Formats: sequence, structure tokens, C-alpha cells
Amino acid sequence: MRDLGIYIHVPFCGKKCGYCDFYSVGYTRQTAEEYVSAVLRNIRHYGDTERKVSTVYFGGGTPSLLTSVQIGSIIDEIRNCFSIDEQAEITIEANPCTLSAEKLSELRNTSVNRLSIGVQSMIDSELKMLGRVHSAERAEQAVLDAHRAGFENISCDLMIALPGQKPDSLRYSAEKLTSLPIQHISAYILKTEEGTPFDCEDIKLRLPDEDGTAELYLEMVRLLEERGFMQYEVSNFARAGFESRHNCRYWKCEDYLGIGPAAHSCYNGRRFAVERDIAKFISDDVQQVTVTDESPCGFEEYAMLRLRLKEGLYLGDFPEHRADIERKLPPLVKDGYAETDGERVWLTPKGFLMSNSVIEYLVF
Amino acid sequence: MANDKIRNFCIIAHIDHGKSTLADRILEKTETVAIRDMEDQLLDNMDIERERGITIKARAVRLKYTAQDGEDYIFNLIDTPGHVDFNYEVSRSLAACEGAILVVDASQGIEAQTLANTYLAIEHDLEVVPVVNKIDLPSADPERVCNEVENVIGIPAMDAPRISAKMGTNIEAVLEKIVTDIPAPVGDPEKPLKALIFDSYYDSYKGVIIYVRVKEGRVKVGDNIRLMATGAVFNVVEAGFMDASNLVNSGSLEAGEVGYIAASIKSIGDTRVGDTVTNDERPCDEPLPGYRKVNPMVFSGIYPADGAKYGDLRDALEKLQLNDASLSFEPETSIALGFGFRCGFLGLLHMEIIQERLEREYNLDLITTAPSVIYKVTMTNGEVQYIDNPTNYPDPALIQTAEEPMVKASILSPSDYVGNIMELCQDRRGVFKDMKYLDDTRVELHYELPLNEIVYDFFDVLKSRTKGYASFDYEMMGYVPSKLVKLDILLNGEVVDALSFIIHTDKAYSRARKIAEKLKDNIPRQLFEVPIQAAIGGKIIARETVKAMRKDVLAKCYGGDITRKKKLLEKQKEGKKRMRQLGTVEVPQEAFMSVLKLDS
Repeated sequence: MRDLGIYIHVPFCGKKCGYCDFYSVGYTRQTAEEYVSAVLRNIRHYGDTERKVSTVYFGGGTPSLLTSVQIGSIIDEIRNCFSIDEQAEITIEANPCTLSAEKLSELRNTSVNRLSIGVQSMIDSELKMLGRVHSAERAEQAVLDAHRAGFENISCDLMIALPGQKPDSLRYSAEKLTSLPIQHISAYILKTEEGTPFDCEDIKLRLPDEDGTAELYLEMVRLLEERGFMQYEVSNFARAGFESRHNCRYWKCEDYLGIGPAAHSCYNGRRFAVERDIAKFISDDVQQVTVTDESPCGFEEYAMLRLRLKEGLYLGDFPEHRADIERKLPPLVKDGYAETDGERVWLTPKGFLMSNSVIEYLVF
Repeated sequence: MANDKIRNFCIIAHIDHGKSTLADRILEKTETVAIRDMEDQLLDNMDIERERGITIKARAVRLKYTAQDGEDYIFNLIDTPGHVDFNYEVSRSLAACEGAILVVDASQGIEAQTLANTYLAIEHDLEVVPVVNKIDLPSADPERVCNEVENVIGIPAMDAPRISAKMGTNIEAVLEKIVTDIPAPVGDPEKPLKALIFDSYYDSYKGVIIYVRVKEGRVKVGDNIRLMATGAVFNVVEAGFMDASNLVNSGSLEAGEVGYIAASIKSIGDTRVGDTVTNDERPCDEPLPGYRKVNPMVFSGIYPADGAKYGDLRDALEKLQLNDASLSFEPETSIALGFGFRCGFLGLLHMEIIQERLEREYNLDLITTAPSVIYKVTMTNGEVQYIDNPTNYPDPALIQTAEEPMVKASILSPSDYVGNIMELCQDRRGVFKDMKYLDDTRVELHYELPLNEIVYDFFDVLKSRTKGYASFDYEMMGYVPSKLVKLDILLNGEVVDALSFIIHTDKAYSRARKIAEKLKDNIPRQLFEVPIQAAIGGKIIARETVKAMRKDVLAKCYGGDITRKKKLLEKQKEGKKRMRQLGTVEVPQEAFMSVLKLDS
């Protein structure tokens, strides 16, 4: 039975963060209810009992704004319409403020077994600057409550290269986070997206420069690995066995079905995307999609995605490109961007930092 | 029309002193152009000419004027290029005239080019009629300017018409001066044909159109004419004159007249400016004096930024050459830049104009190499080589003597800037000859300068050091022995042929350092570190490094949305096309161009 991951985009946020350009809208109880009905309709539409769902991911937005009943109903519908793996990894992203002890124990009673908490920093001034509504203390409490509620697979987000960030402040957040009962860290370099409130001189002038950002990143990789969180992707770190199975689908060209406004899919041989429009998503019987790629996972895409993983790419997977890659490898290895064992090629942290250029160099 | 009713004249003026505006007013006053058809500055046909306010090619137009004496006159206005690069063409245009109107700006006074062209007119025995223009300007000082003309040039100027071509003030006075002061042409229409070619252009229907001044004899449709320098014979299809916008085929031209001939001539190379046209059956004894073939002075490699456009570049050059016999080009290959052409130009302006026309009229994106002059190299075995491409510079061990071309330069400037100018000329290895005051505030300096010191940016720097006031003119004076070396630029240890150039030993170090710095600033940080070196022979004399880039990553690919990452990859692919790939080094077009302007 063919394996599948399902991504549910929950586009609600209590407050939009200044750096964020993901699709989200304000939360009202009524829209949320209508939204959930639409999600259920779509699950029924795509339903295929011949597909085994092994990962479900509620991303946002702030999925934890949905009630546990709503979350549970979505999971149940997936269970009804597809075959679900009993070991399935079911993740929900959550804002620390939405995670009361009560909410956490309710969530634990659904099949959700993995939490991804938007901590971002363990320093209050940084959180404030990012426009987050929680404090470091609140974040810590949420993690401890989640652990107490029985969650054994918890991920926290950490943001680096913040305006004015120094290695010391990054080290503080990393140390604080890694001492909590968590198994996974997603650490993203802040990028000022066009059109967001962060896309302004005031912020940009205070961002670390290229070299500063590189130092922060490399320092972070060192720190996290030292504390047992091993890098397995450009921005992801986990204790052994806790790598996000859902996210790895993206880099391995495995199928995933996205439901919800702005959700993306790689499903049955096509890549497609849903429009960024909640009203339309709610009113349409079935979500309308735009196909972005009719034949995904060609060599360029494979290399581009695979090289995000520490595992790297297998030279045997595209034999016709093998000689070209092997010819181009030596300078990359010499300068410490990549390593190889003759069968696989993978990037080092220095190489991850330069992955756009490295991929371009290898592929074109 | 009797010869005594004909006036052949040109207008001499510095850039921006109002030559074209005056020409327009004259056309308007003589009702050659209906007012509603007037487009500003009619004679300057090319966009570039209009924008830069200069005339690149000569042109001629016939006008009718009823003078105050009640008689009708024919005016032939021959527009001349104003720039030193086209010195020879200027001299041929002058040779077609009996008089020249000297236009001087009432606030600026005489400039270097004006002076050079006025002397040239006097040499050709032309009657010079001074006119003071722009009297409407608040800063106008016609008295001072008239004095300057009398003192510096030595022609009477106190009764010079004071006009404003822009406002149309006092234009009649200029027209009357043309009638009264400029002599009518002489020449016997019964003698064998002798006509001077002073310009030509290619018309896709009629073939080459030659502009002539008939000195003796006559030419009519059906005649067989011979071009004496090339010996080519053609049958005349049209003979006539130009009104403001059309060729008027009147059937014949005779002594004293200015006009055009069309004779199904295919190649502009046959119709050299300065050549003499005669009748094939009844030729004249000897050609008109002064003919010479013009040779390019400045060379540069021109390459398409996109290698696939090589054919388009060749077509464009061929088309430009149809109208510009002084442009030369031949294919060359560069390891760095691929396939392109080594082009020869009369001078810097000519080079800039050609480059600009290629980019603008033919929509080509170009990379040009540093301009080079022709070096004369005598080898140890006695053989003499002329080198116009630094890549071909011989091994120093095989060179007995190397020589470089020198120019006589004349610079006119307000006296405040003499110090700056001297400093600049000294820095450019100039030899001071003399300096004289034109009046209390303006000086003329003479220097001998190596041509290779002025081909890069001399004029720009001169302008910036004199707040734009200095004017500059030069003429060639021949070769002198010099201590020359070839400077190579290496990127990642490989010589980039397109960046090599020849330079005087004393300047090699400082230029090498500057180029290395410029390249460092213009080559973006990339995946691999880029060592930049400048070397003479095998010896490295300057070094810089473009450090490897540290961060180039899309950290987040959210929810499986890889479209952004793919777009980025596509963009990188596109961007790569704009770069020159030299080994693992990517060099943007701007880097090649940046080394051409070292002082700015």
C-alpha cells in the first residue's frame, strides 16, 4: 500500500508576527467551524483507502487555535477515508499561549502525538521585538506542561540571526531550550520577507551581516549537536529517532497531500497548490488547485531537495548525472562544503549555509 | 543660376554653442522648412547627435534667400562634424566651402575645438564670419567675446552679429553677412569635371549617395564618372541637391554648386571622403589636393554579452560600416569573452558613438575591452610589427624597441584650473610645451601626451577637475620610443585575456593595484574564493582576493512549498547567463566594464 502524508493548513492567527508571510487570517469561531467542515469535505473528496497515511501535520497559522474536538474530528475523518498507520506521526504546531495544561491534556486524548511549539527565543526582549505574544517563561511552562500531559515528541522553533543578535544571546536561548524535555529543534535563519512589517530599514540595518549570520549558524549547529540534537536537515535538529518523518517527505520527494488555503501538495505525480483565500476554500465544494509541476522529482529537484538532508543524495539514483557530479565534487570537498563516501554526497554545515550556490554549481 | 548668386558655407562652433539651433533658424528664415514641419535641430538626424548636441556626420542642404538687395541667392549650408575624431572629415567639408560662420557663445567665449576648426578654416582660405550667440543669457558678455575673437584669432569681430538663435533674434543680420562677406564660388563649367567628395552615406534603394562640391566642369545624369583614388567608374543615375528633407534630382550639377550624385554604387569603401570625382571620358589632369585615407587610431574588442548574439553583432557592424567607412572590424576570439570583433575607430568619441549605436539601434548588450592604441614594435630580427591588441604583444625578450603614438594636445580653460590641469597632464606622462593667456582669465596650454594616456578617461577627468570648463583638442604627431610592458590580469591563477593591456613601466604598479581593487569590488563573492592577481611576465605585482561567500540558503521551505526554492534556482540559472564563466569563477559583465573607468 502506497504511503502518504497529509498536511492541513490552518490559516488562523490571534496576532500576525512581523516577520511572517505565511497565509493567515484573523480567528473567529464561526469561520473556524466553516473551515473545519470544508477540510472534512476535502478529506472525503480525496479519500483513498488504498493509501496508507503515516504522517499528518497541522501547520499554520496557529493550528492550536482549533478546539481539540475539531482537531479530533479531522483526524477521525482521515482515519475513515484513508488507511491510517497505527504508528502515524501526527503533529500540531502550537503557539505557547494557546497551550494551557487543560488544552494539552485534551490534545493528548486525540491521536496527536507530536507538538511543534513556536518558541523562537528564550529571551523576552527578542520575543517582543519579533512581535510574539508569549514570554520566555510562558514558553518554558508550555513545554513542561506538554511533557507532563504525556507528550514525548516535542519540537521547538528557534530563530537565529535576529536583529542585534550576538553569539551570546543565541547560546543562552539554545542552552535554555536544550535543557527542556524536548526531542527536536527547528532553527531558522530569519529572513525579511518582502511586504512584511520586517521589510523595513529599521529592522534590516540591525540584522547581522552575511559573515555574522554565518558565524551564528555554525555556532548554533555546534551547540545543538554538542547537546545531542543532531543536524539532519538545513534547519532541523533531533535526538536520535526523533527526526520529523513528515518534513522528511518533502526532501525525499515522497507524496504529501495538502488541504486548506495556501496548502501545497506533491500527490499522484503532480505538484499543486491551493489559492490563498479562506473564503473561497470554505465556499468551494472541493478546494481549487493550480498545478505547478506536471512531472515533479526530476534530477534538478531531486538534487535540490535531497541536499537539504544530511543524508544527502545517492549518486546511483541518477546514473546519467553521476560523472558530472563526481567531476565537480573535488573543489567542494576541498573547501569543506561537501563530503562523500563514494555512494552518497552530503553537505557540511558550511555547505548548508551555501546550499543555493552549491546546488547551482552541482546541477548546472 | 549664376555663380555670383551662390554662397557655400559651413558653421563652426563648440558643442552647445548653438550651431544646430542657428542652422534651424536659418532654414526657418529661408522658408526651406515649413514651420509646422520643423523638428528641433533638423540637420542632426541621428538620435545620438541630437542628445549629445554634436554632429557626427556632415550633411548639406540648399536654401533660397531673397536678400535686402532684392536678389535671390542660393545658400549651400554644409554641416560639419565638430569633433577632433572627425578632423579629416571637417577639413574636407571646409574644402567644399568659401566661408564659415564662427558661432561663439556670448558667455563662454572661445573653446579649444572652435579654435582648432577656425584655424583649419583659415588654412583653407575660408572667409570667417564671426557670430556671437546666446545674447539672451544673463551672463552674456558679447563685448568681451568679440575682443577675444579679435585677440586670439586675429579677425575683425566688432561688427559681428549678436544673436540669439534660440529666440530667433537678429538672424537676418547673419543671412546678410553671408551674402555680403562670403565670396561667391569660382570655377569654369566648361572645363573637365573635378568635384570633391565631402561625405557619403548608404541608401538601401539608391546605393551610396555621395555629397560633392563641383569645383570645375559639370556632371549630369547618364555621365560616366570616375572616382580618382579608387579608379572605380559608375554611371550617374541622379544628380541634384538636398532641400531640408529630400533629395531633389535636378539632373545636373555644375562648377560652384554643392549637391549629390547617385550612381548605383554598392560599397561605401569606393567613395572615400576627400576623393575627386571626374568624367571618365574627359578626365581632369590631376585630382584635388589633400586626399588621404583615414586610419583608425583606437582599437577595442567588442563582444556580445550573450554569446548567441554574435551573428547579430556582425550584422549590426556591417550595417554601420555601410555608412561609416572609417569603422573597421575583424573577428577575434577571447578565451574570456568568446567570439567578438576587434574594432578600429578614429578616436574615443567615434568609439563611444559606435558602441552606443550598437546598443541602442541594434539592441545589443555589449562587453567592450579597454581601448588600445597601435604600438609599433621593432623585433630583435629587425621586423616591425604594429600591435593593436594587447593579447598579441610579443615576448619582451624578442623586442628591440617599442614605440607609442603621441599627440599634440591643446587645452583651453579658465586660469583658475591651470594647477589641476598641469597635475593631470603630468600624471599622464605629458610634456609641457607652452601656455599662453587668451585674456585675463583664460589660458591655452599645449602638451605632448601619449595617446594611450588619453584613450581611457582623460577627457572625463579633465572635465571633473575643471568643473566642466576646460575644452580639449588634439592632433596626432607620430611615434616615440617608450618603455612599455604588457600587464596581465589573472583570476584564480588563469590569465583573462580580455583584461590584458599595454602600459608604460612607470605606471604599471599603480594601475595594477587599481584594477585589482576595482575587480575585487565588482566580482561578487561566490562559492569559491577568487584570487585576483596582476602580473608582468611571470611576476605578480598586485594581488587581491574576493573572499568566498558565507551564506546563500533558503532556510525554510514551509509545508512542502518548494515553488520558491525552484524559482530561486531558475533565477540563479538565468543570472549565470549574464556571467562569464572562467573556470570556476563567475565574472559579471560589470567587472569587465569597471576596469575601463579607473578614476571614477
